[in-house]
Amino acid sequence: MNKVRLLEFTYLFCLKILSRLVPVLSEKRPFIGFMVASEKAFKKPLFGCQMCGQCILHYTGMVCPMGCPKNLRNGPCGGVRGDGNCEIKPNMKCTWVRAWDNSTQMMVFTESIEEIQTELDHRLSGTSAWINELGGGNDE
Amino acid sequence: MTNKHASNLAQRLETGLFTVTAEVTLPDSIEKEALASRAHILEPYCDAINITDSTGAVPHFSNIAAASILIENNIEPIIQFSCRDRNRIATQADVIGAHAMGVRNIFCVTGDGVQTGDHPEAKAVFDLDSVTLLTTINHLKTTGKFLSGRKLDSKPDLFLGAAVNPFVPPFEQRALRLLKKHRAGASFFQSQYCFDISRFESFLLLLLELTNGSPPPVLVGVGPLRSARFARWLRENVPGVAIPDHIINQIEKYPEKEQQKAGIEACVKIVEGVKNLTGVAGIHIMAHNWESSVSEIVEATGLTKTGRNN
Repeated sequence: MNKVRLLEFTYLFCLKILSRLVPVLSEKRPFIGFMVASEKAFKKPLFGCQMCGQCILHYTGMVCPMGCPKNLRNGPCGGVRGDGNCEIKPNMKCTWVRAWDNSTQMMVFTESIEEIQTELDHRLSGTSAWINELGGGNDE
Repeated sequence: MTNKHASNLAQRLETGLFTVTAEVTLPDSIEKEALASRAHILEPYCDAINITDSTGAVPHFSNIAAASILIENNIEPIIQFSCRDRNRIATQADVIGAHAMGVRNIFCVTGDGVQTGDHPEAKAVFDLDSVTLLTTINHLKTTGKFLSGRKLDSKPDLFLGAAVNPFVPPFEQRALRLLKKHRAGASFFQSQYCFDISRFESFLLLLLELTNGSPPPVLVGVGPLRSARFARWLRENVPGVAIPDHIINQIEKYPEKEQQKAGIEACVKIVEGVKNLTGVAGIHIMAHNWESSVSEIVEATGLTKTGRNN
């Protein structure tokens, strides 16, 4: 299994477990603390997570869009260099070139990259994305 | 009641008339006249004129003030809004203010990063991206409400556009990105400078395929290169401008004094190559600091107001 599919599988696995746990525990302070700490511990080294609290990794080929220096969440800007690198950081591959490549390798979420992502709610910065997504009793 | 500010651009594109727009270079001036005189050079050849939004992350004449000056001069503006300098509060405030001044065409872009410009130490905003900028303004347009739900006295009459750059990676994704912007509220598109017709054609083919042959109107961005040196500068310093070597070599064959003419000829060739393609609704001329070249390009390609309306 390649890396993108492994990450996608891991996401689906976490979703399965957390969609049961989070609605029950989302009000409990120790659980909130545990979720924030573990999201920081895993997503930071894996994806360069900036704790925006509104994770859309599975829509973007498991590449964090917040790694884009313009924080674009809906696709690449028009400034991508001919070699596919970033306009602002010439030595970095464009986040969206990577996201696009990876999304074509996904099993379930290949076309999710075309969905319109709403504007960020900056109040959620630093909070747990899993609790924000599943905490409202939105058991899928 | 007739709307004296109704968008002529919208009417033309909706009826399928070939459309010519151009970008006016905003002068570093504190006088109205400096802008008006430049716009008057373009006006006889264009259906509407683009006002950039501190393009290249360099402060220029305010886009709303510039648009108001054009309207005073009976010239229809397309006002560009970028995401770099305004958060969602300032954006919505400026959109309704611009509407009150008579602006009807709003063109939404991401905007160049501050590192590109002459104030690289500035804080970039990017609270919205080009798609959420479109959804935000489209929300004002369709509901007459701010994002917060607070109501305006009526719905603004706006025609929204967006940028497309088929000439930089990820190439195969650019048509899909255009359609995402279309779903977000963009009714017309202007492209980045086209110097590569075959690249544009493959983009267009994919777009036609994805839309069953009826894509939203796309105006092809074109522009004359003043010299080979300017072309290299443009390619190195303006994000997203792709100029193939053969175009620069073609211009470089001439002595420096004749390179302007060669640059216009190269631009005319591009316009001739794209103007009859299925899916091309018009052209958008960006003649940076060289407004007088627009008349030559339009006349040489038979796209004067009388020429293109027949």
